[in-house]
Amino acid sequence: MKLIFTTQGTDWESSMDPRFGRTQFFFVYDEESEEIQTHDNTTIENEAHGAGPKTAQKLSGFGAQVLITGNGPGRNAATVLQTTGTKIYVGAGDMTVQEAYNAYKNGNLTKFGEV
Amino acid sequence: MKEIVVISGKGGTGKTSLTASFAVLGGQNLVVADCDVDAADMHLLLEPDFAHGEDFFSGELAVIDQAKCSACGQCEDVCRFDAIDMIEGCYSVDEIGCEGCGYCARVCPDEAITNVKQNVGQWYRSAIRTGTTMIHAQLKVGADNSGKLVAKVKKMATEVAGNEGKYWILVDGSPGVGCPVISSLSGASLAVLVTEPTVSGLHDLRRVHQLVKMFRIKSGCVINKADLNSDVRRDLHRFLKEEGIPVLAEIPYNEQFTAAVTNGKTIVEWDADLEQLVRGCWEKVTQLADDR
Amino acid sequence: MKVAIASGKGGTGKTTLATNLAMYMAGTEPVVLADLDVEEPNSGLFLKGELYHREPKYKMIPGWQEETCSLNGDCQTVCNFNAILKMGNHVMVFPELCHGCYACSELCPTASLPMQAKQMGELKHIKTDNLDFVESRLMISEEQAVPLIHQTIDYVDEKFPAAMVKIFDSPPGTSCPVIEATRGADLVILVTEPTPFGLHDLKLAVETVRQLGKEFVVVLNRHGIGDDQVERYCEAENILLAARIPNSRHIAETCAAGKLLYQDIPEVAAAMDAIARLIRSRNGGGHS
Repeated sequence: MKLIFTTQGTDWESSMDPRFGRTQFFFVYDEESEEIQTHDNTTIENEAHGAGPKTAQKLSGFGAQVLITGNGPGRNAATVLQTTGTKIYVGAGDMTVQEAYNAYKNGNLTKFGEV
Repeated sequence: MKEIVVISGKGGTGKTSLTASFAVLGGQNLVVADCDVDAADMHLLLEPDFAHGEDFFSGELAVIDQAKCSACGQCEDVCRFDAIDMIEGCYSVDEIGCEGCGYCARVCPDEAITNVKQNVGQWYRSAIRTGTTMIHAQLKVGADNSGKLVAKVKKMATEVAGNEGKYWILVDGSPGVGCPVISSLSGASLAVLVTEPTVSGLHDLRRVHQLVKMFRIKSGCVINKADLNSDVRRDLHRFLKEEGIPVLAEIPYNEQFTAAVTNGKTIVEWDADLEQLVRGCWEKVTQLADDR
Repeated sequence: MKVAIASGKGGTGKTTLATNLAMYMAGTEPVVLADLDVEEPNSGLFLKGELYHREPKYKMIPGWQEETCSLNGDCQTVCNFNAILKMGNHVMVFPELCHGCYACSELCPTASLPMQAKQMGELKHIKTDNLDFVESRLMISEEQAVPLIHQTIDYVDEKFPAAMVKIFDSPPGTSCPVIEATRGADLVILVTEPTPFGLHDLKLAVETVRQLGKEFVVVLNRHGIGDDQVERYCEAENILLAARIPNSRHIAETCAAGKLLYQDIPEVAAAMDAIARLIRSRNGGGHS
């Protein structure tokens, strides 16, 4: 399974970013290969409007099946994520990436509702 | 790090006065973000030093280079906002009407139109008199108040809080229910809804609460001027109960509120009764935000 | 004759003034009151009347026609507002972000994005006594007030003669929605309160109306509280202070209950009278 986290940094000890649309980074973890990719999303700052869908579009380029985040995407972003079939888990907003991963594996995160 | 966002649908409920009081009570433990960028007022109470300021850009305006323009009029044809007119023989763009969509620039056969990024205001990082940092901004008049400047203010506040090890980010949110409020709310641990027992206050509270619900953000309510009208106060309580929103404080109508602001002080520095009430409220706010 | 009631700061009493002034003037001549604070329209809470007409208000946004689309992605490239995205073999439109510029629709090589009407709000026209009250309300998911404000003003322009007094209750602040609401005004009344916030935001509002080249006056609400800085500022800037409405708990309580003030409170009636006479004098000596 490939997992993608919204984060404020680029390693396992970084804090999660509770936001989706304007998240600072993506942290992408491939469980099979144990490979990590990170993506700097901070240019999203330049967007006055429509940050959510744009970020969702960028995210889709990584081919992750699962998104782990804090508050969840706004409605527009959620619609975009639906087209990619990404499963979304929320509630990890004040954890580190490592803690968020553990919480997900232990079934302690909430599945984000259907739009 | 936790974020407390203070909002009210309606203006004039005491949101900014209350937020400034929270800033004083929270002292060194927090960073303040004034996200009420269209007519920002918190700085009038907290004496920021404007130590660092930057220009802020949002949106674009079309500008026609008369030297290249052949006056074919295609720009005027495609503009849906009536922003391009022939004035004294030249096509020119009305800055107020232009939405920055870029369509005219795309169709101009002479490549005479450029989209120029707009400087719509400034944001500042300041030390304030409570000994901590405030991030604030001022939008220029007539500017498009998107969520972008608000997002910038929040981002800077989050950075500072991270760097300085502050636990709380206290946000004075925008009024209304549009983009700026949504941007104020994203990432909030708790939304503090400030309202008053008036028909307008309740009406606007319902609308802003819809937003809070949509983003699944925990909320609590402060009722200001609470003894102004007992009928509406009852309706208000009923609404809050239905929606499961705890009441964090009820502050009676008190002209000391205005007296404090007029003297450049927050209410907790001005009146002992108000100080006690607001302090109790702040304690409840932090408890609720912390899930205690 | 269009009179816009605005303020930098929220909660200064725009709606209180707009509703009382409109009803007061409607005592002697037909008046239109339009509530242009479309995000939070409140004037209607103070007025009772008969619903005369209601209509949904639409904005035009592109609708994707999958069958003819070649998926070349031009639409995403030409949109400056991130309102349209090409995701794999879908094109997604985000209606709230769309400004209705038509660029994607008209520049699409396969004409696969015809513009379609989408409801963004509702306009209601209510009649009471001598007053026509027009209110527009933005739907909660909508982010842009300006198109609805624009269409509401168009409705008023179409339905009522130019010489009729029209009072526009504007949104607070100094950004786009206020500009749209006050653009066509013949006179702007800025409402403020005698406090540091009131003064600070009044200055911003004054800057705004001066940039628009509008004639304006100030009405000072809650007079008696705070200090005299606003009055001194108006004097120094040669700005006419057209009326003062006193600060009183009784007034606050009456407004809280959704009631009008001028019938029972003489100071408010006097203030309305002063403003009404000012408006009539600007409207070519007035008429009835």
